[in-house]
Amino acid sequence: MASQPQSLVRPRPKWLKPFGSEANWGDAIFRALTLLFGLCVVAILGGIALQMLKAYRLSLQAFGWGFITSNAWNPIQDQFGALPFIFGTVVSSLLALSLAVPISLGIAVFLTELCPAWLKNPVAFLIELLAAVPSVVYGLWGIFALAPWMREVVEPALASTLGFLPLFQGPSQGFGMLTGAVILAIMITPTISSVCREVLNAVPGTLREGSYALGATRWETLRTVILPFARSGLVGASILGLGRALGETMAITMVIGNRPEISSSLFAPSYTMASVIANEFTEATGDLYLSALAEIGFLLFIVTLLLNIIARALVWRVARLPEGGRL
Amino acid sequence: MIRRSHFITLAALALTLFGCSKAVPPAEQKPAATPAEAAPIKLTGAGATFPYPLYSKLMDEYRKVKPDVQINYQSIGSGGGIRQVIAGTVDFGATDTPMNDEEEKKAPHKLLHLPMTIGAVAVAYNVPELTAPLKLTPEILVDIYLGKITKWNDASLRKINEGAQLPASDIRVIARSDGSGTTAVFTDYLGVISPEWKEKVGVGKSVKWPTGLGAKGNEGVAGQVRTIPGAIGYVEVAYAKQTGLAMAALKAPSGEFVSPSIEGVSAAAEGVELPASLHASLVNSAAPKAYPISSYSYLLVYEDTPDKAKAQSLSDFLWWAIHDGQKFAAALHYAPLPARVVAKLEGRLKELKSGGKALLAVP
Repeated sequence: MASQPQSLVRPRPKWLKPFGSEANWGDAIFRALTLLFGLCVVAILGGIALQMLKAYRLSLQAFGWGFITSNAWNPIQDQFGALPFIFGTVVSSLLALSLAVPISLGIAVFLTELCPAWLKNPVAFLIELLAAVPSVVYGLWGIFALAPWMREVVEPALASTLGFLPLFQGPSQGFGMLTGAVILAIMITPTISSVCREVLNAVPGTLREGSYALGATRWETLRTVILPFARSGLVGASILGLGRALGETMAITMVIGNRPEISSSLFAPSYTMASVIANEFTEATGDLYLSALAEIGFLLFIVTLLLNIIARALVWRVARLPEGGRL
Repeated sequence: MIRRSHFITLAALALTLFGCSKAVPPAEQKPAATPAEAAPIKLTGAGATFPYPLYSKLMDEYRKVKPDVQINYQSIGSGGGIRQVIAGTVDFGATDTPMNDEEEKKAPHKLLHLPMTIGAVAVAYNVPELTAPLKLTPEILVDIYLGKITKWNDASLRKINEGAQLPASDIRVIARSDGSGTTAVFTDYLGVISPEWKEKVGVGKSVKWPTGLGAKGNEGVAGQVRTIPGAIGYVEVAYAKQTGLAMAALKAPSGEFVSPSIEGVSAAAEGVELPASLHASLVNSAAPKAYPISSYSYLLVYEDTPDKAKAQSLSDFLWWAIHDGQKFAAALHYAPLPARVVAKLEGRLKELKSGGKALLAVP
């Protein structure tokens, strides 16, 4: 092709330059088209941010930065502060993540490394089925099954063993931060474990074989070869789970107790940002009230962004560590 | 060659698309030009969730009477109903609490309140030890929700529930966390009873509760009351009856203890004079046998609707709903409107206009 005389190749028009350097028209159009799709995401995000900025201007003028640090929430007196909701969202999600990650990792390791072949597919199928249960069903199950069990079994047990910590003090009601976190953990476990399973499946078989050939046991192979190799993928799976926990609304609203207060006890009721929007938006009549709810929506945006950035930074840090080799 | 054939396909596709979109408008405009006969008339409403079962039954039954009128109601909540009817995206709105002055000012034309049915809020509780219905005075109820009475065997509770087995356990207070007309009616009652409540907490669809847990929706409150021993909460009577919750009897101004019932709710409406605005609070009605936490639920309709066909079918439907439609209420645990209220509504419906012309020629 390169040896063809110049005259046979049509010179590329100058105006096509911004679309790339391809000599081929089709490629240029394809490139422009995919660029357009890519920009769609940015445009949608920008549009949402702009719309919210417009919607929450009133509340910003009324409360300024105080909105983030105040814990007053009284629609009757037009007093609004977001702190209890930010606290509830962040704490319940992180707590859920800390409960769900070890379990999910265990499931994924079992399914990829230890499980007999005939059991693999049924178990994996059941876990993915859990991911398809609608959140309102989780919520109702939470009210009628999980919360009574937490009140009568789990919370008294925690109070009698770890009751010296402020975390496990106060009356056990079954509806509160701990129950909310547990239900979130159950909901994000299928997501995290199926991604973890894919990540572990992608670890090359030759690495395992090499490790076994050197005389390593299953545990040693897992700890020194497989997990270090899959590290960044596993953290990525947890981030996916965290994203779902932050945005979850229906199920957690039904069990967290919906009280805008900050308490040191995990038994006490709490409230999340998504929940307060879902609960109060439909009946919010005052302009300032609506505006405050819109600002909470914007803050949820920011909190999610910040947590994602932190998690992303963690992935980078983890990815730069030397891989394996330590005993 | 391949590329050319692609172009031809694309061009053909584009032609069909444009051709179609050009062909459609005239076909759609036709029925609009000659209304009523060809296409069914579609009315849309939105608002309160509390009367939704009744409204959907009414609209369903009305279709049997007038098959060419389709009424669609979205139960998005009272606040949303008010917003949408003001914005003009729906033909009528529905709300459990009357609009405030600020909202009435926002409406482009005059909006009328039309009471359509009466509902009530029941105080539900979970005290397995009790065999007879729990008796409550308004003062005790206020003190429980203020967090002042915290034990079931409090002296004041024992005094009015003589002989009842009241346990020494904590009272677990449950409130609605989502904004709702139910909360508005309940807090309205507490506010009427107690100046302290009015000052400290206030009256509204969402308030800052001094104590207790928040549950989402009637089903959430009912679920928590049912699963937490020692719980007390408030739900719509229709919901409490359908789900078989234990309901407290409340001391009415007349001195008797009244359990929530359709008769008690109707009696409350009988006892309150309806002003010209056609909206009134029914809580703490002084009429004998009246259940004290009762409330009207309203439709919001523009006095003048420019679209003649829509306006005509809407007023016909409303006329039917306040007469024939009322017989469907009791089976769904709503109280039918008293005759006096229907008479006042008749007068108001005759004021409905389209382009300045009255719609109902009924005597």
